[in-house]
Amino acid sequence: MREAPHPGGGDARGDPDLSVVLGSLRLRNPVMTASGTFGYGPEYADLVDFEKLGAIVVKGISLEPWGGNPPPRMVEVVGGLINAIGLQNPGVEGFLREYLPFLRGFATPIIVNIWGRTAEEYAAVARRLDGVEGVAALEINVSCPNIKEGSKLFGTDLDAFRRVLEAVRAATRLPLMPKLAPNVSDIGAFARAAEDGGADAVSLINSVPAMAVDVETRRPRLANVTGGLTGPAIRPMAVKLVWEAARATRLPVVGMGGISEAEHAAEFLIVGASAVAVGTATFADPRAAVRVAEGLRGLLRRLGLASIRELIGSLRP
Amino acid sequence: MHENPPTPILEDAEVLRQDLWPGGYHLLELRAAGIASRVQPGQFVHLRLFAPADLVLRRPFSVFQADGEALRLLYKVVGRGTEAMTRLRAGEGVSLLGPLGRGFPPPARGVLPVLVAGGYGAAALYLQAAACPQPGWAFVGGAGAEDVLCTADFERLGWTVRIATEDGSLGVEGQVTLPLDEFLFDRARPSPIELFACGPDGLLQAVAERARRHDVRAWISMDRRMGCGVGACLTCVQKVRAPDGSGVWARVCKEGPVFDAADVVWEAEP
Repeated sequence: MREAPHPGGGDARGDPDLSVVLGSLRLRNPVMTASGTFGYGPEYADLVDFEKLGAIVVKGISLEPWGGNPPPRMVEVVGGLINAIGLQNPGVEGFLREYLPFLRGFATPIIVNIWGRTAEEYAAVARRLDGVEGVAALEINVSCPNIKEGSKLFGTDLDAFRRVLEAVRAATRLPLMPKLAPNVSDIGAFARAAEDGGADAVSLINSVPAMAVDVETRRPRLANVTGGLTGPAIRPMAVKLVWEAARATRLPVVGMGGISEAEHAAEFLIVGASAVAVGTATFADPRAAVRVAEGLRGLLRRLGLASIRELIGSLRP
Repeated sequence: MHENPPTPILEDAEVLRQDLWPGGYHLLELRAAGIASRVQPGQFVHLRLFAPADLVLRRPFSVFQADGEALRLLYKVVGRGTEAMTRLRAGEGVSLLGPLGRGFPPPARGVLPVLVAGGYGAAALYLQAAACPQPGWAFVGGAGAEDVLCTADFERLGWTVRIATEDGSLGVEGQVTLPLDEFLFDRARPSPIELFACGPDGLLQAVAERARRHDVRAWISMDRRMGCGVGACLTCVQKVRAPDGSGVWARVCKEGPVFDAADVVWEAEP
């Protein structure tokens, strides 16, 4: 590849520098894939140049293999989709055996999304991944609608959130990035709790709890009844929450929610995100994340900026 | 099933023409040389419309015919996406991802191929019929005469066609399993045979039951609500029997859309 070793780096011709720093991670560009929308890598390998992605975030992994929800698991709505996949995954050992060796073949950081039914399960997955070659960081999924501790959601109860983070922090030296739920009254409190609990970054937003009904049959459109809304419909909400989170913490923020164009990514960066993730847009355009990254280069030129870092947090009054 | 499906590509396709057939069926012809030259019988394409802009998912369609650079899809309006597709005119563009999934296995020599189609499921069987070394029998059913599709295409390939309609407006009155059963129980029928089916789940389940009863192999093409189309999102899952007998999720877009009917675990109706 022509652009090695730092494909995002600026050069003498004035090519804008897309590289960003996320705690201890250096990314060639700020665009990663969003967990759950890019599988474990091989699914998109024929269609996407992985070395043009800032990072790959794989679908959520639990301690044991997990079957997920019965179908229908997804329904399209205006401007988005509601999913209730139910976290189906091959378990941490299955991931390490079947997928990580493939992912190691690319010079792109791999961030593993993890989840558990209890704080101890989260910690056990994190412990297993600690020190494993090819794992760059962990994204902690505290905000998927069907993981609960008793009746409380880890992502919406501050004490439960702290307990999960504490358990995971004690289990690994890997950089940690809790993924925050949007349906909280004070997103800043969760961002601060992440910082206090030793996280290295936060990502947001996870999908928005949602429901759709078939009027003819009067049945829920999803077998799970409720699911998570993603796609363009949630973008303005996500931008607002990222703006609030970025002001509440010194941690780098990874912003996501309905990004399908460079301009959308730029909105998140301007309000303070250090990086972004492209999720639902990948279903319509497998190369959406790469296209967004390449589009940011053109956008920077248009704005007369030499580095993406000049865009981050540059919101004007 | 084909062990090595071709590598899928993303292709900008141009609409060559769109015809409205009786019964509300649409024939969409696209120029998509890359996919048309690779597609195997039973595979599908994942189609993206550029308008309306708020559609966030592609739509999957089995390939009906592939001819030189042209790809033909047969569909019926079932929602907002297919509704928007009806407005596509010659010269307009769509994005295609494909060919996707595992199609029908190559037809075996010396085995009589038997197709069972319900409604526009007939379209998913045409390429398989065309690939068979010798013509076989095609059982084609629908609600009414307008829902009996592609029979002239099968006849042109030299196939023996049997028709059933639920309202009796064409062929035998009743479900397509009626003439199929008559054939299967006929002691004078050719043997061995192999079944290939596409249509509503009820039909596919009925074919699976007959395959078991008559001890013949049946391959069924399944239609499920789909997300990514490449196996990443785990939306289009179907329960199948693992080698150890347990039920596991298979991805219709990746391990399917064609399954050995004996492997499929049917859920009871809710």
